Order: sequence, then C-alpha cells, then structure tokens
Amino acid sequence: MSLDLTLDGQVVPFQEGETLYEVASRHGDKIPTLCYDKRLDPLGACRLCVVEVEGANGPLASCTTPARAGMAVRTVTEDLERHRKTLVDLVLSENPKGAEIDPLRGLASQELAQLSVRYGSDGTRFAGATSGHSRFDDPNPMILRDYDNCISCYRCVRVCAEQEGDYAISITGRGFGTQISAEFDVDLEDSDCTFCGQCIQTCPTGALGDLRALQHADLPEPITATRSICPYCGVGCSLDLLTKGETLVGVQPAMDGPANEGALCIKGQFAWEWVQHPDRLTEPLVRKDGELVPATWEEALDRAAAGFAQAGAEHGRRSVYAVASGRAPHESAYSVQKFIRVNFGTNQIDNCSRA
Amino acid sequence: MSNPLADMDKPDVIFCIGTNMTETHPVAATRLKQAQAKGAILIVADPRHIPLARRADIHLPLRVGSDVALLGAMAHVIAERGLMDESFIAERTEGWDSVREHLKSFTPEWAEGITGVPAALIEQAAVLYAQADRGAIYYTLGITEHISGVDNVQSLSNLALMTGNLGREGTGINPMRGQNNIQGAGDCGALPGNYPGFQPVTDPAMQAKFEEAWGTKVDLEPGMTKVRALEHAGEKIFAMLICGENTLISDPDYDHCERALGRLDHLVVVDIFKTETAELADVVLPASAWAETDGVFTNTERRPQRVRAAVPAQGQARPDWWILAEISKRLGSDQFEYNSAAEVFNELCSLSPLYAGLDWDRIDAGRYQWPVPEADHPGTPMLHVGEFPRGKGLFKTPAYRDPAEVVNEDYPVWLTTGRRLEHYHTRTMSGRSTGTEYLLNEETLEVHPADVQAWGLEHGGMARMSSPRGSVLVRVASDDTSPPGTVFCSFSFSEVPINKLTGSGYDPITDTAELKVCPVRVEPVSG
Repeated sequence: MSLDLTLDGQVVPFQEGETLYEVASRHGDKIPTLCYDKRLDPLGACRLCVVEVEGANGPLASCTTPARAGMAVRTVTEDLERHRKTLVDLVLSENPKGAEIDPLRGLASQELAQLSVRYGSDGTRFAGATSGHSRFDDPNPMILRDYDNCISCYRCVRVCAEQEGDYAISITGRGFGTQISAEFDVDLEDSDCTFCGQCIQTCPTGALGDLRALQHADLPEPITATRSICPYCGVGCSLDLLTKGETLVGVQPAMDGPANEGALCIKGQFAWEWVQHPDRLTEPLVRKDGELVPATWEEALDRAAAGFAQAGAEHGRRSVYAVASGRAPHESAYSVQKFIRVNFGTNQIDNCSRA
Repeated sequence: MSNPLADMDKPDVIFCIGTNMTETHPVAATRLKQAQAKGAILIVADPRHIPLARRADIHLPLRVGSDVALLGAMAHVIAERGLMDESFIAERTEGWDSVREHLKSFTPEWAEGITGVPAALIEQAAVLYAQADRGAIYYTLGITEHISGVDNVQSLSNLALMTGNLGREGTGINPMRGQNNIQGAGDCGALPGNYPGFQPVTDPAMQAKFEEAWGTKVDLEPGMTKVRALEHAGEKIFAMLICGENTLISDPDYDHCERALGRLDHLVVVDIFKTETAELADVVLPASAWAETDGVFTNTERRPQRVRAAVPAQGQARPDWWILAEISKRLGSDQFEYNSAAEVFNELCSLSPLYAGLDWDRIDAGRYQWPVPEADHPGTPMLHVGEFPRGKGLFKTPAYRDPAEVVNEDYPVWLTTGRRLEHYHTRTMSGRSTGTEYLLNEETLEVHPADVQAWGLEHGGMARMSSPRGSVLVRVASDDTSPPGTVFCSFSFSEVPINKLTGSGYDPITDTAELKVCPVRVEPVSG
C-alpha cells in the first residue's frame, strides 16, 4: 500500500518509519536545522525544523515527528519563519562570531553562518549571557576546542557515541553553564578520544575545528574540494581533498562515500601533511661512486633500463624481478606486472601482500 | 570480503578473529559497534585483550598460532550437537562426511590444552555462532600471517559452510584487506601465478589471450613469490624493481632482507620518500603521490574507486605508469604508449573478466563491486549467492600444526606483531604528519604487568628483545592488553626494527610469512 501525505500543497509518497523531515528533505531543502545529522538519532533540540501539521496544537519538530498517511504539512509559513528567526537570533546572541567562522574548521561549520544570513540575524537582539568556554589549553594539534561558539546541539557528543561508539565526550552543567567536556575534564589525548575528527566535521558552528587545516587559514586562495579515497587501510573511505591554489590544506569526509558514509579515522582525517613534506623525493637519484646523487630523468631512466637489460643478457630473463605496490593505484600495479611480462616474458612479479 | 561493508551492522552474531579492527580498520569497526548497539553478539578470538575484545560478549584469548585447534573445536561442537544447517550442507557443499570424521578428534578439551581457551568458552562461542540467523566472520592478518595461514582460512570456511552462513545478507567470510589497494594490486595481476583478473598464467588459453593483447608470449610457468625471489637474490635473481614498498623494514628477517637486496646487481626503487629500502638502490625514481595522482583503488569489498589529483606533483615526481612506460620504451617495447591513467585502467578492464563491464567513466562514483562481467551489470556486492565459483562449497580437513618456532628455554616468550591506531606500516607517511606523530612518536613493547615484574623490567625502562635472527632495544610499556607470556610490538618504527626478529617460517602454499608468531627472549637493559 502506498503512503501519501500533503507537503506544502503537494501530495508526496513516503515510507513507513520516515520522519517528516526525511520526507520533506527529499522534496527541496527548505527546512533549516542545527542539531540534525542524518546519521544520528534525531534529537529535536534546536526546534528550527518545526513545521505546521493540520490539526496539531502548535508547530512540531519535523525531525522527530513520524510521517503518517493523510497528514497535511506546511514547511514554510510566515509564522514558522518568524519563529525560526527568533531561534537564530537567540543562538547567535551566544555566538557573536557565528557569521565569520573559517570554513576550514569543518564540513558543517558554516551551518549557523548560513542561517544568520537567511534570517538577517546578527546576535544583537538578545545579547547578554553566553554558555561554553573555549579550551585553548588542550595541547593536541588536531582538534580545536573553541566552545565559546558552542550552541549545545550535542552533535559532537552524539556522533562520538552513536556513530563511533567511543563515548569520549559528554555534557556537563545546564543552561548557560552547559559545557562540552571529555570525562573528568581532561585533555582529549587523556580521554577515550581516538581523534577520528567526526565531532569537528559535524559541528554546525565551528566550535570544534580542524587545527591541521587551520594552519593554512591565511592563504588567500579560495578552497577547492576534490573527491578522492583515503590512502591508508583497505576500507576505502571517500573524502574530499581541500586545496588552496597548489597547497593541500586539509581533508574532509564525504557523507555520500559508499564505504564510509561520512566516517573517517585519525589517519584519514589528520595524517595527510606528508604529501607536501620537504622530505619528499623530488628528483631522480643514481648511485655514483657509492653515493646516491641527483640525476636527470633521462639519465636515471637510461640507467634503470640498462641494468635490467644487462641482468637479462647475463643471467637470463628470469633473473629480473619486480614487486608492485599495494599502496599505489591500479595503473601502477598493472604497469609493473606488464613491465615484467612484456619485456621479459616471465611471471617474476609479486606484490606486498605476503609480508 | 564475501559481503559488503554496508552489511556489517546486520549480523546477529559477529565472530572476529585475528583482527584488531578498531585500530587497523577503524571505520569498518564503527559498523560493528553499531551492530552491537542493535543487539548483535560479538565474539572475539585474539591472543591480546585488544579494544574489540574489551567490547566482546565472549573473548577467546587463544595462544598465538593455535587458530586451527580453536576453530576445529568450534566445528566439532557444532557437529556433535547437530547444530549444522543440514539443507545448506546437502544442497551447496561437498566433503561433509570426511570433514565430520576429521573433526571427531578436535574436542574442546583437546583444544583447551593447545589454545589455553577454556573448553566451556569454546563451546559457548560455537553454539552462539551456529545458532545465529546471520553469523558473520571477520578476519585480518592475524589469520593469514602464519605458517598455517591457508589452514586457518579453510577452518573458517568450514565453520561458515556447515552453518550456511554464506551468500546471505549479514553473513559471510570477510577478510579486511590491510592496504588501500592491496586488493587492486592482485586484481591487476601483480602476482606470480595470475594475469589481471586472477586468470591463471598456467592456462595456455590465457597465454594466447595476453600474447594477442601485448605481443609477447609469456611463460606458462608461474614466477617466484617475493619471499623466494629475495631468498634467491644473487643466485637466480640479479635485478629487481621495487615499487612503493619499504621492503627492508616491513618484510620479515631484516638482516636476511638487507643481505638479499645487497646481492643484487641492480636495484631500482620507485617511491615517494627516500625510504630505508631506497637507500640501498642503484636508481631511485621519484613517484607522484596520493593527492597528486589520478587513478583507481579497489577496497576490501571489491569496489574500484577513483582517486584524483588535487595538487601538482612535488618537484619532478611522475606517475608510476609513466615511469614504467619510459623504462619499457628503453627496453624496446612499443606496448606502453599511454597518455593518461585512464588509458591504462581501460586496458586493464578490457583484459579482466572481473572488470569487463567497467571503464574509467563508469567507476566515477564508485558504485560497482566486482565481478562486473558486462556493461549493464549492476556489480556483485555479495559473493556466493546460490552458487560458489567452483559450484559446490568444498570442506577441507586442515590438521593442527605448531608454529614454525615454539617457545623454549632460550626464547621463552611469544612475540606477536601488528599495527597501532596512530601509525601506518613503516611510518613514511603517518610519521610525517603532525597529529599522528604527536600522539605516538616512539615504539614500546607491550608487556603484561606480571611479566614486567617477573622479568626484572621497568615500565618506561629499556629492554633487549632477541630471537634467533637478531635483537632490538625497545622501551617497555607495562600493559595488560597482552597476556602473561606474550608481548606485542608494531613494525612501524625503524628505530625498533622488529622484523630483525621475525621470519621463523612461511606458509607452504602462499609463502606468507609467520609475522604473528616469534619466540623471543626479553631482558632488562640498564641505563
């Protein structure tokens, strides 16, 4: 049996178990949120996603309201937008910097900033008390803990618990005393934190930030994202490489990655600085008088080829062997095996899977 | 993996063996944690009290290298109690009668004597796995890096076959591949016995197929494995090309490996850093790195995915395919006329039945899992549905064998090796990244607190650890993750070249090194 409801005057189908927010977000992106991350159980805390449902007493949070057949739902009305503006004004009153957060802080870091533009909020309407205080004294070089910008949406706490199963961070205090904290208020490295960075990437205000990326905050070029795959283990997590000009400035997880659905670990998230490290090999080297010295490509390739030819001539074609990498892409492994098979007619080829 | 990663939150009983997944495949482990949150039972077999074991409903702390005994005893219990999936056995398998007979001697009490795992715990785990609607097995190198690696995998296969835990959602036998493209390297034919697509080199039809494609008749005789090639360096092997592998640090028996590479007339290394292995080369060729190179990785669930260049290569570094093509041209070949990575990948697709339905454009969003036999094929997220590649699933009868070396008077402690969360392999990359290096910048030897005391060691003090092949100095960390009598160390730090000690033996079929078991002696060092 097909299930339908009316959404802003249009009849739309849905599936048993879906929330109003899930149904609505398939039909346009009109409903604002701050505490929502599609991978997490809905919390209904920020109240921005409220909608009007015919027959209901007052607006309902769409993220926690199950869709039911025959419902008539309105997602954008004058009342709803006024209500949402008040909420954004309230949230921004605690976060005067809300509108000027560097996007390098994290994947969702611009959500509040975008809402401030949409609702014309600047935080002055309810200016006064604030909650959360930054922990710049945490010495770890990965996760910025700038809780002055925290709006207590608990996305970080929930992603750590529900998505990661690590329960490394929690909430202390109430009201204006609310503070996101590692257990017993320790530094993150002394907690159960595994530095997967998921809290950074789900934070909608940049209260948590990627310190490795932020070291490039001052580079003037715009940020470009290039979709790729993590270079470490075999899970194959999708991620975006963030670049400014010719500089790699960071990594953010891809929410639509088939293997990871937005998750990364410490290595995928933070261990990328080696790419442009000064230790990289930048020119061919050949051994002369016992020392490896720089050479032109021409010279190095000639020397490489000559050595293989000589071994083949002196000791037979089976005397030449190649080891392909399990780290380099297909085009490398394919070329290495073809190099052996085509040039020497043998199968003297392996990769690093046996040790 | 027989089943997709997306399946990992679907089993109701999860059996992890020889996998420290929260540290080595953290993102996959999050799915298991989610399965647990939904009520799945987690059984973990591992010598160490690893983080996954701490989360487990049942931890089977087997002695290193005793997997065949443990798994055989689990199968014994399932057979004796009649918990098999009789219809699956009848319809989809062969060899059940012989394996049933074979298993008779694998009593839990016998296995307890070998593995150290209480018989009752073995029985409990076996019953839970057998009674699961959806039982899934996950393993990593803790299963394969043994002289009995093949036997271990076959023992797991027996368990899955006899309980019908294959070819359905949330089940399967799922090896977690350790490197980003180790599956891909095999897919591409970088193996001594297989052309691209795992097509056997011994098949004359394949020889003819590749002769037509490449214009060269390749031997029907398989090549040597890398282990044998190093063994024969300076005797049968005189020139070697090593691409993207720090062999000296990552391979077993460092000294043997160093001597082997030293005996070569000609060593060419293609890499992104001047690794310890590159230091031994005659020619070092700088390769463009991840984030600089267009290409394809295939993950552990057989999914080819695109990697893309986002920044220019450092200095004069070039893609591997270009480097191999340039050397080949100098050897007189006209078979390497490529202008892009896409052309290389498309050639692979044209020659591999597993990739026949793919090309550079079709894998753009990473939507397919091989085999993809033709262009309109949706891919194969799950293997063994309805039928196995050979038809019926074959039971095997592996017998228990001791590791190549066992503890004795001179070397009374079991050393097992592996990875740590913060670092990757020989640290060429993670060691040059601020965050990972901040959290962990020195290797330590994980020793049970009781052993620290009994052996006269100190937490934070230095120890000398020796095997018949060599010794290393390493700082001691008192930690009850390792059980008494067993110590653990990673191979990530060249300052503690743990593979000076390893290399006791190799699996007779695959030549995989027994990196997970090495009897050692641990002594305090003053100062």
